[in-house]
Amino acid sequence: MSKLDSKIPAGPLADKWKNHKDHMNLVSPNNRDKIDIIVVGTGLAGGSAAATLAEQGYNVKAFCYQDSPRRAHSIAAQGGINAAKNYQGDGDSTYRLFYDTIKGGDYRSREANVYRLAEVSASIIDQCVAQGVPFGREYGGQLDNRSFGGVQVKRTFYAKGQTGQQLLLGAYSAVSRQIGKGRIKMYNRHEMLDLVIVDGKARGIIARNLVTGEIERHSAHAVVIASGGYGNVYFLSTNAMGSNVSAAWKIHKKGAYFANPCYVQIHPTCIPVHGTAQSKLTLMSESLRNSGRIWVPKNIEDAVAIREGKLRPENIAQENRDYYLERRYPAFGNLVPRDVASRAAKERCDAGYGIENNDTHEGVYLDFSTEIQKKGKEAAIEKNIHNPTDQQIYDLGKAWIEEKYGNLFVMYEKITADNPYVTPMKIYPAVHYTMGGVWVDYNLQSTIPGCFVIGEANFSDHGANRLGASALMQGLADGYFVLPYTIADYLSADIRTGEIPTNSPAFDAAEKEIKDKVNFFMTNNGKHSVDYFHKKLGHIMWNKVGMGRTPEGLQEAIKEIEEVRKEFWADVRVPGDANGMNMELEKAFRVADFLELGQLMAKDALAREESCGGHFRWDHATPEGEAERDDENFKYVAAWEYQGDDINQETMHKEDLIYENIEVKTRSYK
Amino acid sequence: MSAQKGLNLTLKIWRQKNNKTKGQFETYKISDVSTDSSFLEMLDMLNENLINEGQEAIAFDHDCREGICGMCSLYINGRPHGPDTGITTCQLHMRMFKDGETIHIEPWRSAAFPIIKDLVVDRSAFDRVMAAGGFISVNTSGNTLDANAILVPKEDADNAMDAAACIGCGACVATCKNGAASLFVGAKVSQFALLPQGRVEAKRRVLNMVKAMDEEGFGNCSNTGACEVECPKGISLEVIARMNREYFSASLDQG
Repeated sequence: MSKLDSKIPAGPLADKWKNHKDHMNLVSPNNRDKIDIIVVGTGLAGGSAAATLAEQGYNVKAFCYQDSPRRAHSIAAQGGINAAKNYQGDGDSTYRLFYDTIKGGDYRSREANVYRLAEVSASIIDQCVAQGVPFGREYGGQLDNRSFGGVQVKRTFYAKGQTGQQLLLGAYSAVSRQIGKGRIKMYNRHEMLDLVIVDGKARGIIARNLVTGEIERHSAHAVVIASGGYGNVYFLSTNAMGSNVSAAWKIHKKGAYFANPCYVQIHPTCIPVHGTAQSKLTLMSESLRNSGRIWVPKNIEDAVAIREGKLRPENIAQENRDYYLERRYPAFGNLVPRDVASRAAKERCDAGYGIENNDTHEGVYLDFSTEIQKKGKEAAIEKNIHNPTDQQIYDLGKAWIEEKYGNLFVMYEKITADNPYVTPMKIYPAVHYTMGGVWVDYNLQSTIPGCFVIGEANFSDHGANRLGASALMQGLADGYFVLPYTIADYLSADIRTGEIPTNSPAFDAAEKEIKDKVNFFMTNNGKHSVDYFHKKLGHIMWNKVGMGRTPEGLQEAIKEIEEVRKEFWADVRVPGDANGMNMELEKAFRVADFLELGQLMAKDALAREESCGGHFRWDHATPEGEAERDDENFKYVAAWEYQGDDINQETMHKEDLIYENIEVKTRSYK
Repeated sequence: MSAQKGLNLTLKIWRQKNNKTKGQFETYKISDVSTDSSFLEMLDMLNENLINEGQEAIAFDHDCREGICGMCSLYINGRPHGPDTGITTCQLHMRMFKDGETIHIEPWRSAAFPIIKDLVVDRSAFDRVMAAGGFISVNTSGNTLDANAILVPKEDADNAMDAAACIGCGACVATCKNGAASLFVGAKVSQFALLPQGRVEAKRRVLNMVKAMDEEGFGNCSNTGACEVECPKGISLEVIARMNREYFSASLDQG
């Protein structure tokens, strides 16, 4: 098998990408329509890639499981997108964005990739504004910025609390334009079920038409996977219900290495779990942390009284509130990175101070009262109101909050029936983003030639933790500005290949395997629904491969998942018909993959005997409970190679991370 | 959260195997539904029961369950996205219903949105309208102007954002007695009409989008305003007025 070659270009960091672009092979415009490219997934990464590749003249076939590319889960991102524009003149630069991202990722990402990301970030904003994305503006007509967790400059561009939506609709409009021109052939309600490899190169996919149930063959000269992350392995997460790992997992089983699967980001500001019927968790944008103060009661009696409904949080005096982030991390306070904020919330809840009235009492407050007061007073001065009443201050402050975050407050109230302008929001960490993914080189190519992986589906750029507002940045950077260059270098060898036939033995074999599996699911007639197994898996993952991990717990998890897998294949029940829409069948395929990946996640977490970013091991913590990284032994990317059904047999390859331009330091937000 | 309460409900749900067969209402009972559950979680529970009884699950569209992807639909007791206002079905919570209530659940009703199965309809007509002109023709190369070289008055940017907030769920079409798509198309036309970018092709855009909208079988707008009432994102009728203005002036120019 191929060894890990990151293909990082030589030369000084700041010139690597430029030099690389200058020396890559090109496909000339008149040859591009001889080349077909499949793009799986139409979120920010897949959508922007499909649009750009089509614009350049390639034939693009794009696939998404939703009814329209406009519904990809990128649409749900709320807070913003980072870019090193330094419009605020507060000292931002390409280097500083690069530095913050590397540090935020706990020194577990590749320098060259991250620098390139920071470098192209400014172009993303230019591109999106040109497309008509209505970013927030100042009164002078210029773009406004806000700050986000983990950084000390204001570099985040936003469109109210709907930044992901607006960026995705921008990409979708670019996709629509190319569909209208006939340059993109869009396959809605289709799911990729396998990758087809011919003579060692990715040459197509097997997909299921989710409306007719038909199993289809699609060929191409290259396949781009942009299928997002795998957070739904936990069953409860902030991911859309349909988000799945299948495309990435299928290429893993065909030879692509899967990197750092244990790196999962637990987002600190989600609405807590309400009960056993819960299907999905809802995120409250991280941008709220700019204006909200996080606390739990200082006295445990108050926490108990709140849970029992005998005390309202707004009636607890300031001195009886424990603003634990401000207490523990004075320099960053409520804006510490996500992993730090999440663990701190867990620590307080584990100690008994949680305020949520559910089985686990998991919940803390995100309080806007201080900000409402502060902004109300500021607005009163601006409006020349010299002796404002308390009500006037509140009203003005509330108006300010409403302008900034109104839609989030409405959303919160609809879900919880609590008014967050009066009663502090209840929040708790939840599974959000997965930093692990398919291993790719600098060109975003996996270890399978011709199979490229972009956006959240690959492992690159965020290291062990993702800073806020950087997922949108990576998705669009990969799709608009990186892949279109690097894929050309690969495709330049294919201009004489001609159309790839779909009647070859490789397509036959891949199709047969899928049809057999459909057949199995439809005739197994076991005792339990797909969700039954998914919830079982999720329970194991959250408890043993969640925010805090121990070697014993991980070993148990590996065994327990293995048992659930066996039970699944013996006892799963999929009702209905395969020749038409069957959402239970769709789920069965996805959960089969989650079960295998879950086991690998636990195995990876067990092997990484250190704490870093989203991966926290209780046996590697400082006496104050902070993460203890081990750079000497673990400064590498763990890339796993599939070895057949027994996930325990997967072998690990290491890509050493070399830091030449940045000093590797202990991450501190104190 | 509010105190949990278990609801017992009777559900009348539209079942239809596919586009070629006729559908009918079926009656289902469900008990002990938590008032803190969402409407879709209630349907998940029902499906779990059906599967355990060996029956086929009810197909319905849903995805993000955060009110933003626009995938969920459903006519609930005669209203798109149910009895609450300003929300999608995934944000509708069971505390809106009473114990013992009978709930009617149907798919979107519109000729332009054919039924695929049960409660799932085909909204790809929206995509085709978008492909006819719902974009600014800018090369995706990144070699464009610096973003701050295009100044946009804050009010215009905010108004454009309000129009751009449309999630393309189709509630406006489903509730309209004519099955018009004017709120959806008007929202996109308005977003671009309020911004300096893309003005050079404004006339082409509105003419093409309106033409595509008509060709897809959407009805005409008669300004009844039901779309505005049912829009989960509060898109205002103003966007239709703005679209009409844009269309009128583009038509005059076309002469």
